[in-house]
Amino acid sequence: MNENNSIAYTQSNDTQSENILNTSVYSSENTVNEQNIQTQNNLVKSEENVLNIPINLQKNLVQDESLQSDNTQQDSVYIQNTYAVNTPLLQLNDLCKRYPGMGNYMSVFHMNLTILRGRIIGLLGPNGCGKTTLIKMINGLLAPTCGTVLINGMEPCPATKKVISYLPERTYLDNGMKVSQMVEYFADFYEDFSTEKAYSMLGVLGISSDARLKTLSKGTKEKVQLILVMSRQADLYILDEPIAGVDPAARDYILRTIITNYNPGSTIILSTHLISDIENILDDVIFMKNGSLMLYTSVDSIRSQMGKSVDTYFREVYAC
Amino acid sequence: MAWQMSSDRPIYTQLYDKILIRIVCGIYKAGNRLPSVRELAAEANVNPNTMQRAFTELEHSGLIVTQRNSGRIVTEDRFKIEDARHQLALTQINTFFANMRELGYNDQEIMELIERIVQE
Repeated sequence: MNENNSIAYTQSNDTQSENILNTSVYSSENTVNEQNIQTQNNLVKSEENVLNIPINLQKNLVQDESLQSDNTQQDSVYIQNTYAVNTPLLQLNDLCKRYPGMGNYMSVFHMNLTILRGRIIGLLGPNGCGKTTLIKMINGLLAPTCGTVLINGMEPCPATKKVISYLPERTYLDNGMKVSQMVEYFADFYEDFSTEKAYSMLGVLGISSDARLKTLSKGTKEKVQLILVMSRQADLYILDEPIAGVDPAARDYILRTIITNYNPGSTIILSTHLISDIENILDDVIFMKNGSLMLYTSVDSIRSQMGKSVDTYFREVYAC
Repeated sequence: MAWQMSSDRPIYTQLYDKILIRIVCGIYKAGNRLPSVRELAAEANVNPNTMQRAFTELEHSGLIVTQRNSGRIVTEDRFKIEDARHQLALTQINTFFANMRELGYNDQEIMELIERIVQE
């Protein structure tokens, strides 16, 4: 173990110098993204203008003009976004995480990974292999010890949080709030949130929108949270153990909503232990072991090469 | 209800077989439009990309045809469908014989047994 880590240290020193190079390369992209944010800010401003003008009914014409300029600005933002389509959705460069007080043990150990758009990916591995740590670093909740996370070419920041819809492994919702208040809260917070979608899913699963969260069971609370997260129109959905506490019938429904709702341009990363339940909806799987990437391949290739399901393969690989 | 999948084969090949059986049985009739990839993926509870792959394979074997405006249709070539049906029948019979031989029956015994059952 000690030997391994000493190697890790020399590696990390090397890669830090590499990282300096990397950041200098990416800084040009960052400036583009800053411009992107600026134009989006302009958009918000012009929308405010549109809202202000109708008070003065005589200025209808002016309002039309401002709407038109609004559209052209949207087009320019769209073009800039298509530029971003060419960069990978998510890129991990030599990512490491060492928690303080854990000695030399790396919870995430030199992960390199490129994730493209339009995939449903299972993040699999035994307990404590670093799945949640990895997810938290992608969401900017933990700072990497070394290495970088790039989402659309950007390090985690408010702009990346805008395109990531994240389901944490534990509840963060206010227990005293009603479900309907929670929906309003999300609609207020995220501009890509669809209230209709949320209410239609709540309806199918028979969750009353007047119920306060503290009166709901653990599984129902999880369903509410998952519905809120899936009602966004994000580029990247990161779901940390989304179906663990949900009954099998609702599980089927939730998986079906994931399949039907997800748009071809977005990617879903699911971390779970219920492999056989989700296997059919996955494109790819990531196997992690002791913080390192062990395998990143498609479900079909495991099935055709090994002649067994991902579930069976997992049980063999991690057999205790 | 999700389609039942076995665990030892790639999912797209299983989807291929299931759609093929629907075509052969006339659930999807020759020349008729097929459900969209998304609809079928939701019905089977599988990833749309996987369903797409099964459709692509079916296209390669000429059983379904993509039309520019109206989506995918089942081929109008009835001979092709009949041929696929014949192939499926052969596979069934072969596995039946293989299983019976495993039970220790020889071919003559199998034929006698079949005749008796058909007469009853």
